[in-house]
Amino acid sequence: MSELGTIGFGLFIIAAAVGGAAVLTWFERRLLGIWQDRYGPNRLGPFGALQVAADMLKLLTKDDWVPPFADRLVFIFAPTAIVVAMLLGFAVVPFGPELYILDINIGLLFFLGMTSLAVYSVLLGGLASNNKYALLGGLRSAAQMVSYEVFMGLSLMGVIMLTGSFSLRAIVEAQADMWYCIPQILGLFTFLIAGIAESHRLPFDLPEAEHELTAGFHTEYGGMKFAMFMLGEYLGLILISCMITTLFFGGWLGPVLPPVVWFCIKVFALICFFILLRAAIPRPRYDQLMSLGWKYMLPLTLLNLLLTGAVALYMEG
Amino acid sequence: MFKALYSQIVTIWTILQHSFTKSETVEYPEQKPYLAPRYRGRIVLTKDPDGEERCVACNLCAAACPADCIALQQGVKENGRWYPEFFRINFSRCIMCGMCEEACPTNAIQLTPDFEMCEYKRSNMVYEKEHLQIDGTGKYHDYNFYRVAGLAIAGKDKGEAQNEDKPIDVRSLLP
Repeated sequence: MSELGTIGFGLFIIAAAVGGAAVLTWFERRLLGIWQDRYGPNRLGPFGALQVAADMLKLLTKDDWVPPFADRLVFIFAPTAIVVAMLLGFAVVPFGPELYILDINIGLLFFLGMTSLAVYSVLLGGLASNNKYALLGGLRSAAQMVSYEVFMGLSLMGVIMLTGSFSLRAIVEAQADMWYCIPQILGLFTFLIAGIAESHRLPFDLPEAEHELTAGFHTEYGGMKFAMFMLGEYLGLILISCMITTLFFGGWLGPVLPPVVWFCIKVFALICFFILLRAAIPRPRYDQLMSLGWKYMLPLTLLNLLLTGAVALYMEG
Repeated sequence: MFKALYSQIVTIWTILQHSFTKSETVEYPEQKPYLAPRYRGRIVLTKDPDGEERCVACNLCAAACPADCIALQQGVKENGRWYPEFFRINFSRCIMCGMCEEACPTNAIQLTPDFEMCEYKRSNMVYEKEHLQIDGTGKYHDYNFYRVAGLAIAGKDKGEAQNEDKPIDVRSLLP
């Protein structure tokens, strides 16, 4: 692609991701409704799809308020950081064989770095609010992210061992014979759980935990700043789904249909699965979350690493 | 650990099966729920089968009302009947408890299965007698208070009501 084409495609991806995240707020509520034997928002527009516009209008007309006791600069910086970091993460995702913004040979590391940066947003938001609930939320997110980051990176090592490259395009192309979800089933399982924790989606939304901490780290946020946090969360959900598709479900690979369509179908299915998890599984207690991470998930990833390494060595002969 | 994991998977599967179950929601404005005739909703004043208003302005409903939302003034017609000069219910205070209906000796005040009373101005929630009075008999079609009561009014003397004996002459010794 030409330079101009790449910039144009980048802008398109930003628009698509933000638009997708906005539509996802409505789609998630509809889907949760179906699974909980109710309808969800179905009043406005066809199937209630204009609910998105109504929500946006409401958030845009809200007072843009910063509490007088908050640390003003950090308070405003925090919600932007999560959106920027998540959008940058999309740069390395290969949507098709020739459809990507960046193809760098450390693509996977770039993605891991960007999702780690997003943690700062939650942390700083909780800290700058100067509110005890927000602080508790930030505290939880710090501990949760640190412990889940560890095996998130490690769970991907198996994929990298099998491919021999950090480039996401190379990883997808290496899955032409068999998707990595079969040989790397343990890696997929652990990465899935780490991914939910990383995008703090419902079973692991302890930083937010509206039943215990009012709204956790964004208790003091309102209007568009709150919307930015929500946007970041949904962008994270899409990004994690894109990543799982790329790393374990063969990215754009698939018969008959064009590659981009295959990619979108897989991402969509994964997003539905994440929403299903939200509908089905209750939030664990905080210490249960920690013990799950350190006592079960980390040893599991290490085991996966060991087995994959042994098999890879054996195959080389 | 494996037991917990298994339980989580069963949960996810159960929820997934709910994709095919019917929604429990009743979509209200389009789909009205059935309300029993005895439902306690908007209050009305009824008329007796002869077309006269039943209310005799005895004030028992106002006394029974726990929210103190009923106000009325008693008046007397030329034929001796009592009637309310005004009758006012403040529905923004009314709690639809039905105590007034229970207290009413003439079955005049009755609650109906209608709860859709929305106003933009609160003062519009105060219903006057002309808003409350209906032409029908409500839930009791044959009841007419003055035909069973012993009170004498024009056209009906004592002892002429239904199931009523002639008054006893207390000054006579004859059995």
